[in-house]
Amino acid sequence: MADLGARPTWRRYAARNRNIAFGAAILTVVILAALLAGVISTHDPRRLNPAQRLKAPSAANFLGTDEFGRDVYSLVLHGAQVSLLVGATTMILTSLWGIVIGLIAGYYRRVDMALMRVMDGLMAFPAILLAIALMAARGPGVGNVIFALSVVYTPRTAMLIRSTVLSLRELDYVQAARALGRRDLSIAFRHILPNCVGPLLVQASFIFAYAILAEAILGFLGVGVPPYVPSWGNVIASGKNVIREAFWVSLFPGLALTVSGLSLNLLGDGLRDVLDPRLRVQ
Amino acid sequence: MTAYLIRRLLTLVPVLAVVVTVVFLLIHLIPGDPVSVMLGPDATPAQIQATRQALGLDRPLHEQLFKFYARILRGDLGQSYFLDRPVVTALLERAEPTLVLTFAALLVAVVIGVPSGIIAAAYQGSLWDRALMLTSLLGVCVPGFWLSLNFIYLFAVRLGWLPAAGYASILADPVAALRYMVLPAVSLGFNQSALIARISRSCMLEALQQDYIRTARAKGVSQRSVMWVHAFRNALVPVVTVIGITMAILIGGAVVTEIVFNIPGLGRLIISAVLRRDYPVVQGVILVTATAYVLINLAVDVLYVFIDPRIRYG
Repeated sequence: MADLGARPTWRRYAARNRNIAFGAAILTVVILAALLAGVISTHDPRRLNPAQRLKAPSAANFLGTDEFGRDVYSLVLHGAQVSLLVGATTMILTSLWGIVIGLIAGYYRRVDMALMRVMDGLMAFPAILLAIALMAARGPGVGNVIFALSVVYTPRTAMLIRSTVLSLRELDYVQAARALGRRDLSIAFRHILPNCVGPLLVQASFIFAYAILAEAILGFLGVGVPPYVPSWGNVIASGKNVIREAFWVSLFPGLALTVSGLSLNLLGDGLRDVLDPRLRVQ
Repeated sequence: MTAYLIRRLLTLVPVLAVVVTVVFLLIHLIPGDPVSVMLGPDATPAQIQATRQALGLDRPLHEQLFKFYARILRGDLGQSYFLDRPVVTALLERAEPTLVLTFAALLVAVVIGVPSGIIAAAYQGSLWDRALMLTSLLGVCVPGFWLSLNFIYLFAVRLGWLPAAGYASILADPVAALRYMVLPAVSLGFNQSALIARISRSCMLEALQQDYIRTARAKGVSQRSVMWVHAFRNALVPVVTVIGITMAILIGGAVVTEIVFNIPGLGRLIISAVLRRDYPVVQGVILVTATAYVLINLAVDVLYVFIDPRIRYG
């Protein structure tokens, strides 16, 4: 009953929240740019053209060209595809794994101890270093980046779901459902999970932002997606070598990265404000 | 306090056990035969067999894990394949630049972050508040490694004020060390200062809404005294947590910054090890940084007692 009453309210708040509106608008533009990259890009991003190397931004190349003569504008657009693919998939996988692990840990006290120690252990690594180490073992590739980032960020979601479950399981209506003979799985899906949706949404939008950034960092370090794949991190890395002659090569993919991160942070902040009733009153 | 410390230290045991297990399992995540991957396509079957035996990879998994634990407890992190020396020696040689960079960045983050948060809270809703919070939001979103590149372009290439890359030991040449460290420390610390500013602001605002602040104001205590003596001291506990977290994040961030600025620290060590498939070094670096991370968190917990006398550990 509680969530049925709350749902229209937070949606109304969400529609009025400026952070959410800005964040969603920017994110929509980034998603559209990625989806339409094949149509709106002016060059083939993989085509090497040494005769046109390191050209400044012009009418022919809106954002200039890199050291191999590739068009930076087309690279940025196609790079958005890789970033969003990695970000969204990591977000979905961490949410799914986080729900499963968090529910089990929150519900079954016997495995809770063991599962949480494993999560603590995984969170003891600096995130980017664990991702680098996992990439070292698995080798470059989009799938491996998604795997590494999912391993790195799942514990945060699992901890969040677990703590939400722990606080909900003692509430009267959950106790009542149990007294009425409902099974654990049914209680989890009908009564507990719907109440985890809010915190999960906030967390997911931040993990989306972290994953996009981490993917770019791995690419920049040369241990992410292979160098021939146009990704923001790879392009910024190639811009590093020519920063003295051609600042634009690293400037524009970095701007795209910043704007995407900004949109997801605004969205996350806005959702948190809307979903946390204590903040709403202020 | 001693009992608390011992209890806290004991809770580290399972965490570090998981850390060591994860580090151990890394080799087993390598697709296919790890030894063939490590030695490359030119290795002969005899070399592969010899390395497999040397690494103990022909033994059952639990036996390998047990031996790995025993080795780590003895402080033996193995031998680097490429550097021709024990991993521990390689780590010690490269630790100084990373430590200097981490502390310098932490200093930048705190010096910018805490005052920004307090000013924003003191003048809540003003132009100052909005400008500082917008800057800090951007600070959170701007990728540190990209900011570094822009700083290099602006301050080294265009203005020529500071060197673009490199490192000098603080013990050998402090002036050169400072010149080399300014850009890396500022670009690494700026991101984190944004986080500290946001937390400081919200903690100060929360503290300023408390009854004792109203009482202090009613008594006629000056604004400065209200801010620093009454509000700031109470806002300090969460801020210290964030500074602790920041330090842990900076260890990870330092890896990337070292690559941008060509600083010969642990970051460059792990990346070159990844590219050369020098797995013992990869394992050594992440084991040491994870342990540092865990110990920093412990130190933060212990610091609470000194900052907030209301927290007493039995």
